[in-house]
Amino acid sequence: MPSFFRQIEQKTWWKRRPKILRNLSAKIAALPMIAVALVGFVGCSVWSIVYSFTSSKSLPKERFVGFKQYDRLFDSSRWQTSVENVAVYGICSLVFSLVVGFLLAVALDQKIRFENTFRTIFLYPFALSFIVTGLVWQWLLNADFGVAQVIRDIGFTSFELNILSNRDYAIYAIIIAGLWQGTGFVMALMLAGLRGIDQDIWKASRVDGIPAWRTYLFIVIPMMKPVFITTLVIIASGIVKVFDLVVALTAGGPGGSSELPAKYVYDFMFGRANLGQALAASTVMLTTVLIILIPWAYLEFSHKKDSENG
Amino acid sequence: MAEAVANKMQGPQGPKPKRIISGRNIVLYGFLIVAALYWLLPLYVMVVTSLKGLPEVRMGNIFSPPMEITFEPWVKAWDSACTGLYCEGLKVGFWNSIKILIPSTVISIIIASVNGYALSFWRFKGSEIFFTILLFGAFIPYQVMLYPLVIILRELGLFSSLGGVVLVHTIFGMPILTLLFRNYFAGVPDELFKAARVDGAGFWRIFFQIMLPMSLPIFVVAIILQVTGIWNDFLFGIIYAGTTNFPMTVQLNNIVNSTQGVKEYNVNMAATLLTGALPLIVYFVSGKLFVRGIAAGAVKG
Amino acid sequence: MNLKKNMIAAAVAAASFGFTSAVSATELEVTHWWTSGGEAAAVKVFADAFDAGGDTWKDGAIAGSGGVARPVIISRIIGGDPMGATQLNHGRQAEELVEEGLMLDLTELAEKEGWKDIVRPSSLLDACTLDGKVYCVPVNIHSFQWMWTSLDAYKKAGIDAPKDWNEFVASAPALREAGITPLAVGAQTWQTNGMFGVIRMGLGGIDLYRKIDVERDSEALRGEEMVAIWKAFGDARDLDDPNNSIQNWNDATSQVINASHGAQIMGDWAQGEFQVAGQTAGVEYDCLPGLGIAPALDTGGDAFYFPKQDDPEKTAAQMRMASMMISKPVQVAFNLKKGSLPVRGDVDLADANACMKKGLEILKDPANIVPGGDQVFSPDTTGQLEDLLAEFWTNPDLSPEDAHDQWATIIEEAE
Repeated sequence: MPSFFRQIEQKTWWKRRPKILRNLSAKIAALPMIAVALVGFVGCSVWSIVYSFTSSKSLPKERFVGFKQYDRLFDSSRWQTSVENVAVYGICSLVFSLVVGFLLAVALDQKIRFENTFRTIFLYPFALSFIVTGLVWQWLLNADFGVAQVIRDIGFTSFELNILSNRDYAIYAIIIAGLWQGTGFVMALMLAGLRGIDQDIWKASRVDGIPAWRTYLFIVIPMMKPVFITTLVIIASGIVKVFDLVVALTAGGPGGSSELPAKYVYDFMFGRANLGQALAASTVMLTTVLIILIPWAYLEFSHKKDSENG
Repeated sequence: MAEAVANKMQGPQGPKPKRIISGRNIVLYGFLIVAALYWLLPLYVMVVTSLKGLPEVRMGNIFSPPMEITFEPWVKAWDSACTGLYCEGLKVGFWNSIKILIPSTVISIIIASVNGYALSFWRFKGSEIFFTILLFGAFIPYQVMLYPLVIILRELGLFSSLGGVVLVHTIFGMPILTLLFRNYFAGVPDELFKAARVDGAGFWRIFFQIMLPMSLPIFVVAIILQVTGIWNDFLFGIIYAGTTNFPMTVQLNNIVNSTQGVKEYNVNMAATLLTGALPLIVYFVSGKLFVRGIAAGAVKG
Repeated sequence: MNLKKNMIAAAVAAASFGFTSAVSATELEVTHWWTSGGEAAAVKVFADAFDAGGDTWKDGAIAGSGGVARPVIISRIIGGDPMGATQLNHGRQAEELVEEGLMLDLTELAEKEGWKDIVRPSSLLDACTLDGKVYCVPVNIHSFQWMWTSLDAYKKAGIDAPKDWNEFVASAPALREAGITPLAVGAQTWQTNGMFGVIRMGLGGIDLYRKIDVERDSEALRGEEMVAIWKAFGDARDLDDPNNSIQNWNDATSQVINASHGAQIMGDWAQGEFQVAGQTAGVEYDCLPGLGIAPALDTGGDAFYFPKQDDPEKTAAQMRMASMMISKPVQVAFNLKKGSLPVRGDVDLADANACMKKGLEILKDPANIVPGGDQVFSPDTTGQLEDLLAEFWTNPDLSPEDAHDQWATIIEEAE
């Protein structure tokens, strides 16, 4: 049963009063949400789409120029790099944080000693800001005195590790730091999911002599689908918006090789005083998110209808 | 009821371990310890560096423990690190951060919990659509909303005020918080709600007398998420809060990103640790409740 | 040291005499992104002089260069919570805010004090002027056209310090042998772009520079001379440390101060850092304008704008601040700290150090002056140039020919 749009069965059975008055308190209570959804999110999105067709510089101005901003955006090599980077970043952090997060959760779920300590260790970076994360990892990955120096001190004197100042690898530095910060939260979600699994499943699989790894793979993981979906939404929204970490760790460098879309938006909006270009980029980002989310939301809703009919 | 939920969530439920020393345990603890080292290394470097004097930081290996422990960097970061003309350290921002944190956390959680409750039990036409839009909102890069929000807050007369920054935090916290509360309340048995309706209880009475008392775990999760997010925020604080309310992260940025002469790495590290202290303490104290709360909220559908 | 103290005292005293007319004390918040050592010392000159006039300077420093500060400044102005005064690079950054009527008109003050006659070069005041009205106070002349060499580093390497770029390139192998990286470069993109401008001026001369920046002459843009310059710049990539992970310009300056690096190509603001470190020009470090080949200056600089206020008392205080910033003693004291040159030609800079005197000498001849990058290119164009140059610097696969072509296209398409 998918989690978000799960049908909340028949809880409105008392509806008898006239339409508007029905549920009046609930409607009043939901006003802030409606206002935020409409004014905040829809309003701001529409605003940004409209002005992405203008040549606005520092301030929004209604000087419409058609698709000019989009032409430039798709021609821009920096934008292309940003898109490639966010794909690499997205895939790597999605895969690694899910796999590592799940493995850590499984390990913690084995009635181990010091579970609290381990859990806290994995979770604490989530409490730190990206400014901090960026600064520390800048140090650790520094080619001259970071981890590389320690390995040289041990005896591997010719060891070199300079991913931060290497065009091809800088994005991986961002991934390493991002995983350090975010995987603990994934682990917590997964652990919570594992704790929600019925004990009887384990008893049954033990009686049947099914090895533990098969139980996890074929029984437990499918049962945890809602957890995975929640986790996916949280990780994905983080990936789309990743910004502070790049600024703190590489500032998009060296030479623009670790640029990401959210930073493109920010730079053009403020530093480069080209609001139109920034909003064109953000519109492309939003559209991409919608293209991914709408089919999924549709599936969820149509699923709901099926269960209603059946 | 809350007890029942909580008890169910307690305790590991994986297969039972057999002996203390076994091949399985070696692999298991080996994996955990290696992972723990990766996660602890940065914290270790931060703490060690913050306890060294500047000459030692400059010549030494970043991993070596301090030869001579000094708390001066901590004192300096808190009390006298310079940002621009003023040398007052982080302490100015600490209380501002608290001033922003408390109302933002309280208000955003109140609104989101009522939303989640309404979305679970009192659905009306369109409520799911608004919720969907809200979820999409979680994906909007916040840079896009900076200018429109400036204009909206200006029209509301809230720009550059505590109220303004509280409102902004409430807006940006709403999608995920509402999702958590909605899923949590969806797990509450229907019978409970129906029984209360039959007894004649209304929207608010059911919320306060039945739902609130049983939703401690999810409130803990919400509080932790909000405290972390709001405390670490820099951009909203510096743009919407107004100069008299600049949060601690503004000073942190000024201390870390400006060098006056020599770069004082030890002070920078102490400053980052001091800034991260409050959310860290919250995590250390309530880590267990956090997992339990998520188990009850995010996960159960 | 004593001398410096006296200078400030003199400035403050003069300022307080000058502004005894200030009746009521008014607090003005001033936002800026001057947070390095030399910069902060210079801001203090302004703050002390303003306070001495009976008002209060409330410092609103925002670290992390203009990229962090600008959104804050612009949002505050359009959000209706304007600060008393704010730094912005003059030129095209503030144009739209002025057009919206959000900035205080300083024309009356400028006419009364005769800014037109004292500000030199006049292009600085022109950059503050829109439709004949003055909206900002230029406070200094900054030029990127400098190379800073560490004499200590050359002593360590046991060779003579270079007198120009060509000697510097020739000395690189000897520096390497002594374990010294020849060139210190911060990774922020504007630094590479600025460095290229300096090399362009040094190797191509001022006429070529003017043809490209001011006249946008496409023959010059794509000509043989530029091809040669791009090749030289491509070779210069080898002078940098491949493991370099320094971001900020002043951290790179520190490397030159420590003599771990041979030289840095950076604007005259780097001078403030040498000063804070207690070094003297000609002893521990040396400065070569125009790479020692073509002594010329581009005249960028900083300016302060005064967002409109409702309170007439604040407006009056803004006027007092504007007048203070451009007044003689403050100009002298401020620019000595900042390492920049004063915007007025009628002040005595007897205390200027050797490097500043070189700069002043060059400034005397208008033929040596070109406008700064902020005045000729929009922030958008500048940004594109920065992206390209930073990529070129770090990507050996990008050939000088390709980069040259892309670079010429950006300038041809610039507004």
